[in-house]
Formats: sequence, C-alpha cells, structure tokens
Amino acid sequence: MTWSLTFALLQVANPQAPPTSTSVFVIATVIKMIIVFTVLMVGVALLTLAERKISAWIQDRHGPNRVGWHGLLQPAADGLKNIMKEETYPDAAYKPLFILAPALAFIPAMMTFAVIPFASPLPTGAGLIEMVVAPLPIGFLYILAITSLGVYGIVLAGWASNNKYSLLGGLRSSAQMVSYEIAMGLSTIAVLLVAGNVALNDIIWQQATTVWNFFGLTIAFIIFLIAAFAETNRLPFDLPEAESELIAGYHTEYSAMKFSLFFIAEYSNMVTASALLVTLFFGGWDIPFTLWDNQAPWSILKTVLTGLLFAGKVLFFLFFYMWIRWTLPRFRYDQLMSLGWRVLLPVALLYIVVIAGTLLILDLLGVRPGATHGIILGVVNLVLAGILFLILDSGRIISPASGRVHAEQLRRLRAMRSRSPLAAPGGD
Amino acid sequence: MAIGVRVVARPVEQVSYMRATLKGMALTFKHLINPHKVTTQYPEEKEPISRRWRGTHRMLTDETGKAKCVACGLCPQICPANCIKLVPGEDEEGNRYPLVYEIDEFRCIFCGYCQEVCPEEAIHVGRHYENAEYSRAGFVYDLERLTAQTHPVCEMWDPADPKGE
Repeated sequence: MTWSLTFALLQVANPQAPPTSTSVFVIATVIKMIIVFTVLMVGVALLTLAERKISAWIQDRHGPNRVGWHGLLQPAADGLKNIMKEETYPDAAYKPLFILAPALAFIPAMMTFAVIPFASPLPTGAGLIEMVVAPLPIGFLYILAITSLGVYGIVLAGWASNNKYSLLGGLRSSAQMVSYEIAMGLSTIAVLLVAGNVALNDIIWQQATTVWNFFGLTIAFIIFLIAAFAETNRLPFDLPEAESELIAGYHTEYSAMKFSLFFIAEYSNMVTASALLVTLFFGGWDIPFTLWDNQAPWSILKTVLTGLLFAGKVLFFLFFYMWIRWTLPRFRYDQLMSLGWRVLLPVALLYIVVIAGTLLILDLLGVRPGATHGIILGVVNLVLAGILFLILDSGRIISPASGRVHAEQLRRLRAMRSRSPLAAPGGD
Repeated sequence: MAIGVRVVARPVEQVSYMRATLKGMALTFKHLINPHKVTTQYPEEKEPISRRWRGTHRMLTDETGKAKCVACGLCPQICPANCIKLVPGEDEEGNRYPLVYEIDEFRCIFCGYCQEVCPEEAIHVGRHYENAEYSRAGFVYDLERLTAQTHPVCEMWDPADPKGE
C-alpha cells in the first residue's frame, strides 16, 4: 500500500488531466478536507469578530478593541473562555439528546460546504485536482438534503432541554425551516432549468458562458436570498432564538462549548448559504467578462485568482447578512409564516412556470443559450421584478396583528354583539 | 379583532416594507462608513473633570513633609457623615498634631465641608475618582495615605468669584 502510494506520487502525471490513480484522489481529498475545514473554522471565528465590529460601526460604537490589535484576538479569547467554562446540565434534561444536539447542528453545517467548488482546477504533478472537496454530480441535491438535517439539532436541543423556551424555539425553527425550504427549493428550479444540470460546476460553467443568473433570474435570487436568511435563522428571521421572547430560544440551557457549537453551526451555515448564493447566482469562482479562467490550460495563477474572487464574493454576502441583521427588526411569527407560504411559495411557483415558458419559447424560436438568450431572460426578469416590487410594495407584506375586516363583515359582527346578552351598554 | 376598532387604511409609503427596508439599509450603511463615534476610550482617554470636583481626600504637607493639620477638631465637628476620626496629640513645644487621622471614604458624602472649615488649609477633597480597592478596609484612609496622595485638589466655590473666572 505504502509502496504503491509513493509510486503514484512519484510518477509524473499529466497536470491537465484528472489523476488516474485512486491514491492521488484520496490524498488530494484528505488535504482539501483539512484545508476547507480549517479555513471554515478560522473564518467562522473571524466572522464572530466581524459581526461584532460591523454591528458596532453601524451603531456608532468601537466594538471589541482590547484583545490584540483592534480586537483581532477576541475570537481566540472567546474560544478559550468557552473551553474553560463549566458544562452545565439541567436536572430535567434528557441527557443523551442534550449532548447529541449540538453535534447534530454542527456536523451538517460543516458537511454542506463539501460540494461547493471554490476555485478553478489546480494542475499538480499528480494530475488535475478539482478545487472542491467532493465533486458530486448531484451537488445541489446533496446541499438541499444536508441543510435540512441541520434542523434536527435545533429541534432536539429544544426538546431535550426540557425548558419551555427551548421547546418553543425548537418548534419555531422546525416550522420556519420546513416552510422556507420549499420556497428555497422551488426558487432554485429556475436555476436548474437554465443550467440543465444539478452539478454545481456545470451551473458555474453555464453562467460563465452566458450571464450570471443574478441578471437572468433575479426573482429566483431574491426568493433564494430571503429563504437563505430564514434557513440560517438570521435576523430578521431569528425567531428560534428571539431573545426578547424566548430568552435564547433553543440554546437557553446550553453552556460552554456546546453553546459555542450552535454558534459555529450558525456561522458556518451562513458561510455555506453565502457560497451557495454566489455559486448559483453570481457565477461561483467565475471571473466575469472572460472565459480565460474557465478553460484549459489550467494554471496555478488561475486557481489563486478565481479562489480569491470566490472568497471576495462570499465575503460580500456575509457582510450583507450582517448588514441586514443590524438593519431590520425581527418578524412576528405569523408574518414569517405568511411571508413564506403566501408570498414566497406562490411567487416561486409562478416564476417556474414563467421561466419554463420563456425557455420553451426561446427554444422554439431557435435562440441558443448565449448572449442574446441571456439578454432576453434579463429583460423578462426586469419586467417581472418590477411587477413583483409594485405588488409587494403596496403594503401587502406587513399584515396587522389581525386581518383587515370588510365593512360588511364589521356590520355583521356589530349586529351580533348588540344581540348578545353580554353586550355592555354604550356601544364600543 | 376587537369589534369597533377602526381600521385605518394607511398610505402605501407608510406600510411598504420594501421601501422601508431599503431606506433602513441606506441609513445603516451611512453609519457604517461614516460613524460618529462618541465613545471615550476610558483608560487611555479621560474626560476632563470640573475644577470643583470633590473626590477622595488629600492632606497637604508643609516643607518638612509633615501634615499641615493642627488637630483643631473642626473637620470632625462639621462633618455631616461623621466619617473623620481625629485623636489630637501635642509635642514638647506645645504644637498640636493629629495622632490618629482617619477618613472613612465609604461614609463620606463628599460635601467638602472639611476643606471649607479647615483653618490651616490642610485637608482637601481631591479632583480624583479612581478609587477602586480590593477590600473594604482599604477605604479607611489613614494620615500616611492622605499625605501620600498627589492628585490635584478641589478649588472651592469662592463667593467673591462665583463663576470661577
């Protein structure tokens, strides 16, 4: 085994072709796993600092600036604190699930990133290494499957804590995730229709050769963005941990590293959602206006450049997440449900029909995917986005605590009340 | 809905979530790139305090380094909080001096009467506020501690110059 491994490494393969030996594949995958895991964990640590800094700047404060240069070591101090802290267990908690829940939240959050391509393939002496941990041909379906697993951790945490606030948080999160997963899945169908494939690298290639899906499929992007916020439990959809209502929601009873794991899970979910947004709608690692980076011959320079660009795009969306968080207040629970089921779901369904129809018409007219194809899609989208904006803008998203009552209904209710023996004299 | 609550149809621009969101984002972004920070970075920067600030006490000394106090007993007499403990003593030449002079800063209400009443301008309230201690006993300042203080002292209100000009 060792001998064949060394042999495989020593033999000079064609750098522009995928490696032929399995051992190269295994070693490369392990290295990529370690790198991606490390980058993700360090990124999450820095994100906690970024969140606090950005919130501070938005609120005209300084933010953490005591530990290290401009507070740069704050995540390390936080981590150290969380490791040193005492783990507490509520007496009434169901221990096995109580311990399992943080891991169940954490593992899917880490797993989802595995299929997202983060740079162009890297040519090495052992062959062409794809810059994705697991280049699954069913990449996108895998993501949909794994992200919905994350809700188990939260629900089990809420239930196992044996605390009413935790339970309410867990229930809310399950309802929220299930509702928005539908809108999320449906919004991406448009992307899959255009790309004609579920492999993420093919979706990137399609965007590189035509236009980014953000321009072609704006409404799908908007729906996906909103659903991604809800899926990651970020404000304005952070009902599972709504501090003002539920103390800390599902992680009320957690302390030390277990609490930290929920935190890491939330942030790595954010990273994955941002990476997914970038991959599906902003061309992934594609450098715009050129096909130089999407084609052989591959080079290290291309890998580095595309990797950096991908990181930049992801960072922009992470910033966007934080920007939104420190701008918007939390939705009320019924507003959340109404937005998910009564706005996003019908819009997503309708959008699939319209996009599928447009694609069919374009196909019948013989317009091949390319620049014209993209422009036509873009124009259709612009019109649709305008209509959507006008409809949503007419005050239909925010519902009052009770629905609007028609004058006729109100008269009937009043008549009913006047007949009631309980009616107080003197009208209203 | 409670019967009889009038539902007011509000104008669209007031109920539009989209416009409100965009406006809010513009506002937060404006603060993000151009924050007007008002935080004082405390241990490094300190806000200036008034010249009449009355903080923890300080006993002034003469040229020989001895406390100026002549143990006349006026300050414990006037102290409304009864926080000054004074035991007078007398040396061979007949000069009075404090054998024990202790101020309990926990009891003190920082009225500054002791400074006002002192005929020798010995005891002063100081322009100082960083008084943290690890024990309660540390807040009883004895004579040695009071003379060792170096912080500036309070400038009392002068009736001849009421605005301090």
